[in-house]
Amino acid sequence: MSTPTETAVAAARARTGRMTGAEAIIRSLEAEGVDICWGIPGGAILPLYDAFMACDHTVEHVLVRHEQGAGHMAQGYARATGRVGVCIATSGPGATNLVTPIADAFLDSTPMVAITGQVPTHLIGTDAFQEADITGIVMPIVKHSFLVQRAEEIPTAMRAAFHIASSGRPGPVLVDIPKDLQLTEFDFSYPDEVELPGYDTDWITGVDQAAVDAAADLIARARKPVLYVGGGVINAEATDELILLAEALQVPVTTTLLAKGAFPDSHPLSVQMPGMHGSKYANWTMHRSDLLITIGARFDDRVTGKLDAFAPGAKIIHFDIDPAEISKNRTADVSLIGHLNETLPALRDAVLANRNDERIRHQIDWLNEVQGWRRENPFRYRRDGSTLKPEYVMEAFDKALRGKDAIWVTGVGQHQMWAAQYLTIDGPRRWITSGGLGTMGFGVPAAIGAQQACPDAYVVNIDGDGCFQMTMQELATARCYDVPAIHAVINNGWLGMVRQWQELFHDERYSETDLFGTIPDFVKLAESYGCLALRAETEAEADAVIAEAIAARRPTVIDFRVDREEKVYPMVPAGAASHEMLDETWENEWVEDGV
Amino acid sequence: MGATNHHTLSALVENRPGVLSRVAGLFTRRGFNIDSLAVGPTERPDRSVITIRVDCTRHSVEQVVKQLYKLVDVIDVHEVLPESAIERELLLVKVQADAERRSEVMKLAELFDARVADVGQTSLLLECVEHPDRLAALEELLVPYGILEAIRTGRVAMTRSSAPEGESKTRLRVMG
Repeated sequence: MSTPTETAVAAARARTGRMTGAEAIIRSLEAEGVDICWGIPGGAILPLYDAFMACDHTVEHVLVRHEQGAGHMAQGYARATGRVGVCIATSGPGATNLVTPIADAFLDSTPMVAITGQVPTHLIGTDAFQEADITGIVMPIVKHSFLVQRAEEIPTAMRAAFHIASSGRPGPVLVDIPKDLQLTEFDFSYPDEVELPGYDTDWITGVDQAAVDAAADLIARARKPVLYVGGGVINAEATDELILLAEALQVPVTTTLLAKGAFPDSHPLSVQMPGMHGSKYANWTMHRSDLLITIGARFDDRVTGKLDAFAPGAKIIHFDIDPAEISKNRTADVSLIGHLNETLPALRDAVLANRNDERIRHQIDWLNEVQGWRRENPFRYRRDGSTLKPEYVMEAFDKALRGKDAIWVTGVGQHQMWAAQYLTIDGPRRWITSGGLGTMGFGVPAAIGAQQACPDAYVVNIDGDGCFQMTMQELATARCYDVPAIHAVINNGWLGMVRQWQELFHDERYSETDLFGTIPDFVKLAESYGCLALRAETEAEADAVIAEAIAARRPTVIDFRVDREEKVYPMVPAGAASHEMLDETWENEWVEDGV
Repeated sequence: MGATNHHTLSALVENRPGVLSRVAGLFTRRGFNIDSLAVGPTERPDRSVITIRVDCTRHSVEQVVKQLYKLVDVIDVHEVLPESAIERELLLVKVQADAERRSEVMKLAELFDARVADVGQTSLLLECVEHPDRLAALEELLVPYGILEAIRTGRVAMTRSSAPEGESKTRLRVMG
């Protein structure tokens, strides 16, 4: 996949002429620099698909097997590149199948434009065949949506959709286009700008120096500061600025699940992930801290645990692009709205101008304390010599791809948490996971989209057997387009995370979580899709199949038969304070604060 | 997060299909109960104003204002503070009033600047545009006569020209 050149995009933007609404959609995609999109045709979107074949254009369309797959592939592409992901579906069931990826993109702030066909305008509201009020259905889960009323509105709706999806805090935008309008001819021209009186992003630019100074002042007086970093840093492309700030401050940095890679995991200041399955040292650091320097994070309940008990002695600095996140869950003492790649350097300058030896002395003591916790409480698991531990698979993959351009994608559940704990992600857009919505089935399609965005990268989807069965039909897409992502199924024959909760909190009543015996033979299944299919049941086999898969560069599925009862530790039980971590493997008791 | 109170929000929105559901839906999604809601055109045909009355904490009202700003069709949101605004609501009420009691009820209506909109054999239909508190008072006084039917429009509010700039508005530049 090659990104269209600026001249090609400029030429597409300058194009005018009489054409159908369907062609206008394609010309709009070209004008937005879209090189690839994912979808499935159907009745109400047929004119668009006809135009895909009838016109000369530069937009590759990837035929998927289920619209949910199209949405997650667009997300995988968007998360790997920062560009807007585009997915297409027909009306009714096609559109409703996009609801899950749209909700996922909304919660994880992923730029996405979903284009749906709608029944012809004269049939809207009549309960026509395959009619669904999709703009109504997605209302609470989109950044915005358009139901196009006249063919002439298509270019402005498309321009507005891409602008809204990609600016400010990114998110999904849906454009619903009735079939008759796709067939209507009109004089096309693409607008440079669309007037959106209720959507102003200009004011975000620039830095409020008073807020920066107030933040620097709080930092100067803090004894135990920590940088609490969220996915906003990745959306803002502010990784370099964050590293410079952290190194100037010399404070511990914790990165949320969405922020993995926003700050290098292997950096000495990193304390990795906080929260429910985060590191003990990240949670203890937050708990004991007297100042959370919050950067593009949102105090999600999976991070904070019991909110009232979260970081009880800490003041809060909150930098974000979305004012609605400030003081939503935790009141901020100092807040600053802006682009992080502008505000972080401003904060760094202010801190450096305000050097204070006493602060530095205290903060070095603090850093030493945190690093002591880190040394003594690493993520760890017990190998037993007989079963294959899922954590071992993570470590083996991590080692095998160290130094290569790898993109890690996951499903949702235990395997996702093991991946978050054991994989070393050192750069942004190299870790793609469903955080906010927690969408099982995200992995296979998101990995395909990421791989199509970055054909030379090594894309590995760490998946679970439950998740894999939700979207494994997209292996057909992978095979058709020769997308060489590796799908590593951590197969324990359970809906493992649910099982873990049942074991720990529901007296081992394993209600409807045992998949064992009903799971298809993943090797045979992958073979039937034309993929390379491998299996590992021991550590030695795991090492061997990982090497074989990495060398193969073709669509690959690996069935890792892992220990069925392994649990994810440490764990903050829902509703507990974040420093009260359960770690049955090691202490077999509640682990209180490390000191 | 503190005691709940009534707050009146005024949202200037684009006059487009679906705007009202977006605004109303946002209140549902964030767990707010709407006490009253009035929507209508403004001096510009492409703009409407939605006036929403909610019962919530100060912290929540700030949150909901921020969330409203994130809606692309919402141009401006502010809280209308009662002391610096004119608030009005229309009440239509049908009161039992035979010939004997008719004049009594009409006298009462007069006190409240209510108009007699229709006269029936045994009832009177009154209309009254007033501050909602006054409407409540009128309704209470009409109860003994027997209220057959009563409906109210939901309040609309406008900040007085005399109010000092800034005092009446929780102005926040927000987008999403």
